[in-house]
Amino acid sequence: MSKFWPLIKLLPVKTNFRFVKYSPIIGGISALACAASLFFTIWPATPPCGGLNCGVDFRGGTVLELSTVDGRPADLGKIRQALAGQGVGDIQVQAFGKASDVLVRFEVKDAAHATRAVDGVKAELVKALGPLNFKKTEVVGPKVSGELFRNGVLALLLGIGMMMTYIWFRFGLTFGIGAASALVHDVLLTFGLFAFTQMEFTLTAVASILTIIGYSVNDTVVILDRIRENLRKYKKMPLGDVIDLSINETLSRTAITGVTGIMALTGLAVFGGDALLGFSISMIFGIVVGTYSSFYIAAPVLLMLGVKRGEEDEVRPAAAGAAQRP
Amino acid sequence: MIALSRWKVILVVLAVIFGVLFSLPNALPQKVVDALPGFMPKNRLNLGLDLQGGSYLMLEVDTAALRVERLTNLIEDVRTTLRDEKIVFSDLGQANGEVTVRITDPAQLNTAQNILRTRVGSDLPGAPGGRDLAVRTDNGVIRIAFAEEAVNAEAAKAVEQSMEIIRRRIDELGTREPSISRQGVNRIVVQAPGESDPERLKAIIGQTAKLSFQMVDESVTLQEAAAGRIPPGSELLPSEDGYSTMLLVKKRALVTGEMLTDAQQSFEQQTGAPVVSFRFNGQGARRFADATSQNVGKRFAIILDGKVISAPNINEPITGGSGQISGSFTPESANDLAVLLRAGALPAPLNVEEQRTVGAELGADAIKSGQISAYIAFGSVLIFMLLAYGLLFGGISIIALVVNGFLLVAAMSMTQATLTLPGIAGLILTLAVAVDANVLIYERMRDEVRAGRSPVSAADAGFSRAIVTVFDANITHLGAAMIMFSLGAGPVKGFAWTLAIGVITSVFSAVLVTQVLLGIWFRVARPKSLPIA
Repeated sequence: MSKFWPLIKLLPVKTNFRFVKYSPIIGGISALACAASLFFTIWPATPPCGGLNCGVDFRGGTVLELSTVDGRPADLGKIRQALAGQGVGDIQVQAFGKASDVLVRFEVKDAAHATRAVDGVKAELVKALGPLNFKKTEVVGPKVSGELFRNGVLALLLGIGMMMTYIWFRFGLTFGIGAASALVHDVLLTFGLFAFTQMEFTLTAVASILTIIGYSVNDTVVILDRIRENLRKYKKMPLGDVIDLSINETLSRTAITGVTGIMALTGLAVFGGDALLGFSISMIFGIVVGTYSSFYIAAPVLLMLGVKRGEEDEVRPAAAGAAQRP
Repeated sequence: MIALSRWKVILVVLAVIFGVLFSLPNALPQKVVDALPGFMPKNRLNLGLDLQGGSYLMLEVDTAALRVERLTNLIEDVRTTLRDEKIVFSDLGQANGEVTVRITDPAQLNTAQNILRTRVGSDLPGAPGGRDLAVRTDNGVIRIAFAEEAVNAEAAKAVEQSMEIIRRRIDELGTREPSISRQGVNRIVVQAPGESDPERLKAIIGQTAKLSFQMVDESVTLQEAAAGRIPPGSELLPSEDGYSTMLLVKKRALVTGEMLTDAQQSFEQQTGAPVVSFRFNGQGARRFADATSQNVGKRFAIILDGKVISAPNINEPITGGSGQISGSFTPESANDLAVLLRAGALPAPLNVEEQRTVGAELGADAIKSGQISAYIAFGSVLIFMLLAYGLLFGGISIIALVVNGFLLVAAMSMTQATLTLPGIAGLILTLAVAVDANVLIYERMRDEVRAGRSPVSAADAGFSRAIVTVFDANITHLGAAMIMFSLGAGPVKGFAWTLAIGVITSVFSAVLVTQVLLGIWFRVARPKSLPIA
C-alpha cells in the first residue's frame, strides 16, 4: 500500500513533453476553432444575441415554470391554446422534469405592460387547466434586458482588459499579450460552446465566463511565472526549451488543480439541478480550454513575439524556432 | 526552521475561533440562537430569494409622466392667475415641455410676465433667490419652463417619496421583512421573501392611488363632450361608477388624497356593501364643507388614478369631515384601497421593469441540490488530496480547507451578504481554488527537495516562492469577482461576492493555516525527508 501511496510518487517526477514543437499546427487549429466559434456566436446576426440561445435576461420576455397542483400530467396543447388568445408572441411550451412540470416562455408585444400581461396569462392558464403551482416567474422588460446585455458585454471586455493590464504590469508586455491571447481564445471557445449546444445563455453564463477568465489567467500566471524564473536561471537555453521545461515542471500542479476543479464541478453538474447545469458544464469546459490555452496559446505567443532576457540579447523568434534540444 | 512565528499562530487561532463562532448560528435551531447571550453572533447566512423563495420587483419611477403632470398643473395655475388679474390671454397650452400663453394686449405683457414670475411656481430649494420656473417672452408669447435643477430635484424627491410610500404600503400588508432599496437614479428594488403573493404585492405597489374629489361638469351633455365640445377647465374621464362609461368633470380638485387622515374598510349600514370610510384633516374638512354647501343638488366625482369610481349627488352640505366611498368593491379590494389611501399616493406612476418570483418549494429544492453538490465536491477533493499527497500533507490541506469553509460561512453570515444559487456554485469553486494554493506550495517544496535542499529549507523556500505565484494567481480571480460585482445584477452579484470572500479566505487558510500546521509538524517530528518528495 505505502508503495503506491501517495499517488504523487507513482507519477513520473520529470516529464519531457515537447509542447512547443507542435504549437504551429495546434495553434492553427485553435485559431480555426476560435474563428468558427466567433462565427456561430454571431450568425445569424439577429439582435441582440445572434447565434446564442439567449434567456429572458438578455432578450426580455417572460418565463413561467409551473406544475399542476395534484401532480397529474400537464396538457401542453391546452396551455398553447390558452396562450394563443392573450396577445403574446414567440410562445414556447416545453415539458421538463416530471410530466406535471412545464416551462412556458413568451414575449409580450406591448412591452410597457409586460408584467400586467403576465398576470392575465396566469389567470387564463388557471382557467384552462385548473389550479396550478407557479414555481417561478421571471419577467424582464426590454429596457432592463438591454442594460443587462450591455453590462454583460462590458464586464467581459473589462475582465479581459484588466487581466491583461495586470499581467503586463507584473510580467511585461509580451507576457501580457500572451495571456490575453489565451483569454480571448478561452472566451471565444466558451461562446462557441453555448452557440453550438444551444444551452440557454443567461446572466449566470456571463458569470461562468468571467470565472473562466479568472481561472484561465490563474493557470497562465503559474506557467508564465515559471517561464520567467527559468529564463533567469538558464540564461543560455533557447526560449522554446525554456517554455517546454517550465510547462513540464508545472505539469503535475496543472493536472492536480484541473482534476480537483473538474471533480468539484462535476458534482455540481450532476446534482445542482437545471439552474446550475449550464453553469457547471461551461465551467468544466472552461477549465479544460483554460489549461490547454496556457500550453498552446500563451506560451507559443511568447515564442512568436520573442522575450527580452535581462541584459541578454533579445531572443529572436527565428533563433528560437531553429534551436534544437541538446 | 520553517517560520512558526508567534503572531502567525495567534492569527490562525483567532481566525479559527472567529470562523467557528460566527458560522455557529447556521448549525443551531432558531430557538437556541435566540436564547444565546447578547455578545454571541446571531446572524445566519442570508439566503437569496432564489433559495428561500420570494419576489423581486424592479420598479422605475416614471419621471416623464411626472413632468407631464407638472406641466398640466402649471397650465391651470397660469389660467387662474391670469384670470384673477383680469389679463386677457389666448392660446394657453404646452409645447416642447414648455407652457406657452399669448397675451392679447401688448400693454399687459410686462405686468403678466412679472405676475407669472412671482406668483406661479415656487422658490428653488437650496438656491436663495432662485425660482423653479424660467419665464421668458418672445413676440407677445410668454413661455414658461421648469428649470433643469427643479426638474431633477423633483424627480429625486419623487423617488424618495415613492420608496417611503411603498414601505408604508408593504408594512400595512404585513409582508415579512421586505427590503426596499434604490438602484441608480430612478429605480426602486423591492425584495419580499417567503410565500407572499407577488400579484397582490405588485398591485399594491404599482397603483399610484391618487385620489381627488372633483365637481361633475354638467354644463354640456356627455354626448356633446364626447363629440369634442369639452369646456375649458374640464376633462372627460373614464368612469367605473356603474352608470356611465365616461364622465365630464371639472379639472380643479376640491379635495385631494393628501388631505385624508385615515381610511378604513367598512360596510354600508343599509345595503351591507363594502365601502371605504375616510376622514379629512382640518383643511380638507373645511374645503369639503365649503364645496358641498355651495353645490347642493349637484354631483361630485371621486376619482382614483384618473378613473371615476363613484359620482354621488350632494344632498346636503357635508360638514363632519368624514365620508365614505362606495363603488363596486369586494371586501378585499375595499381593504386594499384603504391601505393605499392611508399610505398616500405615489408622486409618479411606477412601471414594473423586472419581476422574478421563486416559489418556496423550488427554493428548498435548490438548497438541497446545492448542499448535495457541495458535499460531493468536498468529498471528492478530500479523497483526491489524500490520495495525491498522503495522509499528512493531504490531511493538512484538508484541515486548511475546513478552516476555509468555516471562515467563508462566518464571513458570509457576518456581512449578511446574500447567498444565491450561483453563490453556492461560487462556494464550490472556491474549494477547488483553495486547494490550488496548497498544490502550488507542495509542488514547489517537491521541486526544492529534488534540487537537493534539506526538508526544512525546502519547505521554507517552497512557501516563500509559491506565495508570490499564489498571490498573482488569486488577485486575478479577485479582479474578475470585482468586475462581476460592480456590473452584474442580482444572482451574479451574489456569486461574485461569494467568490471574492472565498478567494480571500482560501488564500489565508491555504497559506497561513498550512504553514502553521507544517511548522508544528516540523517541530514535533523533526523529519529527515518530506513524505511528498
